[in-house]
Amino acid sequence: MYRYDEFDHALVAGRVDQFRGQVARRLAGELTEDEFRPLRLMNGLYLQLHAYMLRVAVPYGVLSSAQLRKLAHIARRYDKGYGHFTTRQNIQFNWPRLEETPDILDELAEVEMHAIQTSGNCIRNVTADQYAGVAAEEIEDPRVYAEIVRQWSTLHPEFSFLPRKFKIAFNGAAHDRAALRLHDIGLRLRRQGGQCGFEVMVGGGQGRTPMIAEIIRAFLPRRDLLAYLEAIMRVYNRFGRRDNKYKARIKILVHDLGAKAFAAKVEAEFETLRGGALDLPGAEVERIRRHFRPPPYDEIDDPVAWYDLKRREDKDFGDWARTNVGAHKRPGYAIANISLKPIGGVPGDATADQMDAVADLADRYSFGEIRITHEQNLVLPHVRKTDLFEFWQRLGAQDLATPNLGLVTDIIACPGLDYCGLATARSIPVAQAISTRFAALSRQHDIGELRLKISGCINACGHHHVGHIGILGLDKRGEEYYQITLGGRADADAALGKIIGPSFSATGVVDAVETIVETYLSIRRGGEEPFIATVVRTGLTPFKEALYGAH
Amino acid sequence: MVLIRDGAIATDEWVRAAEGKALPAGAPTIVPFARWLSDSSTLRGHSAPLGLYMTGADDPEAIAADVGRFALIAIEFPVFTDGRGYSTARILRERLGFQGELRAVGNVLRDQFLFLHRCGFDAFEVAETDAAAWHAALAEFRVWYQPTGDSRAPALVLRHRAQAAE
Repeated sequence: MYRYDEFDHALVAGRVDQFRGQVARRLAGELTEDEFRPLRLMNGLYLQLHAYMLRVAVPYGVLSSAQLRKLAHIARRYDKGYGHFTTRQNIQFNWPRLEETPDILDELAEVEMHAIQTSGNCIRNVTADQYAGVAAEEIEDPRVYAEIVRQWSTLHPEFSFLPRKFKIAFNGAAHDRAALRLHDIGLRLRRQGGQCGFEVMVGGGQGRTPMIAEIIRAFLPRRDLLAYLEAIMRVYNRFGRRDNKYKARIKILVHDLGAKAFAAKVEAEFETLRGGALDLPGAEVERIRRHFRPPPYDEIDDPVAWYDLKRREDKDFGDWARTNVGAHKRPGYAIANISLKPIGGVPGDATADQMDAVADLADRYSFGEIRITHEQNLVLPHVRKTDLFEFWQRLGAQDLATPNLGLVTDIIACPGLDYCGLATARSIPVAQAISTRFAALSRQHDIGELRLKISGCINACGHHHVGHIGILGLDKRGEEYYQITLGGRADADAALGKIIGPSFSATGVVDAVETIVETYLSIRRGGEEPFIATVVRTGLTPFKEALYGAH
Repeated sequence: MVLIRDGAIATDEWVRAAEGKALPAGAPTIVPFARWLSDSSTLRGHSAPLGLYMTGADDPEAIAADVGRFALIAIEFPVFTDGRGYSTARILRERLGFQGELRAVGNVLRDQFLFLHRCGFDAFEVAETDAAAWHAALAEFRVWYQPTGDSRAPALVLRHRAQAAE
């Protein structure tokens, strides 16, 4: 993991002191709420429906056990005993008091964490593949570059008052687990002629105008990474729209100019910057890379007979291993996914006790390392296959062994109208009702991979546009209604879902999802064709007929 | 309003050009960007230093050949959340080599001083209360991750310098 040196410590300490001063000025009435808002937002502090909400950055989703214990402590001491993991690999606390937030930031700084730029019109927390460094099919470890970009983007003096928020994601494996094409900038690591570099995509995003990012450069040599990013940011900062908040994201600029013309502007700017002070020296890449050296793995023969035997012997363990265990690049090791989607639970929530328990498990089984996924789950990235059975039993004791990764109950949902001041409808109760409806595991396995995502408003924090089944909560004359989209996906073949028809009531939407799933089961080919493949093949018609045909 | 220049409260000797009128003889005068573009041949003859007033929408490349003529460029921040002026400043300083006074005007608040300074601004028109906070605001951080045109060495340079010394 990346460890702070004196420079990083000094910067975060400076930020805490600065924010303490700003809070004091606010409490003393020297700052109006209007003046304070952008300052608190740049430290991740929102004012929501019922209270302030503090969003803490987890850079590219990598956490140590000590950091997770600190988050548990903050949940207990300053909140109501739980935290909420988000689709941007961050964690949110829903009930902090304004006057205590500087103390929370102090506590975070102790474990090399902060809330810098988790909000506001600036470059947000950089995200990456949660399996970075361990995925069997990885080409290059994206954490090294994500960390370099984290530093470059932190308190960037030129880009702290952008037209709108800005999200950068990295992926270095064959599978895109970082939803690159739904980001303002997506960077896919690739090799060309023995050289490491990036495919650069720009202008993706969700919200009320969802768009898939366009590739503006097929290969960017790694030493030009920061110069090229600075060029993109400068073009956006100068020419992005500022007259209308809903047209201010870079996707609108890319769309209005056209990807080619946008790329030409970036290349022209890049020509003035390349090879200058932003040139990324190989020595710096190697210095950062040393932070991400593999842990001291044991030499283990693979396959591991004990693990394979246990999977066959114990059906519950076998079920969990089937969905929640991923392939590790190292023989004898596995990636263990911890679902934060218990049947009927709140997606992404974890109690302080659960966080402590996961921290202990990470120390015992995974070199003290934890990852957060954009699907709002946790990962222990290096568990010996021989340990998996025992590990799973201990998970179960904390209600953390739900065997549903990638299945219909592994739902992404935004906080919705239960917390959020922007929401038009509740998301969490809908997620809970769907989860409960599909509780039977054999049925979930029969359905197979199905990505269901729920947003409580058009801003799409719940990623509904890219759900295989997407649900959008709307308000119609004071009543909650839910619009369904089908066929969205966030992977390398990213696509936006299509609206299936008139929306449903809060109870009707659960029945509608069930009808969609039953329709899929009846029309899939060979009993195994995945849901998304079926929708791609058949289009919306059979689902429309099943839902609305009787009317 | 108070003018802070190079970290100290200063007297503002500049006047703004009156619209449609000749520049006041012998007075350092700030002219709007559009007027310079349309009438630079007349303005060049001004008998005192010339300043230029830019908004975030004005393209600094359009005056690339002329930056040396200006003793001052003022960049307007209509609201402090409009960050275009930061890019304008860096282009003027780092690409076009502007050496004169670079002044931030408009909605300029103490919480922006440091970022503005890092982007090359050395003069600020602010409310009186903010003038008092100038030095405190500039001392809030001592670590920088990004190279800009200012004299502050970014962490990357310091780290490798330290490493080389070992």
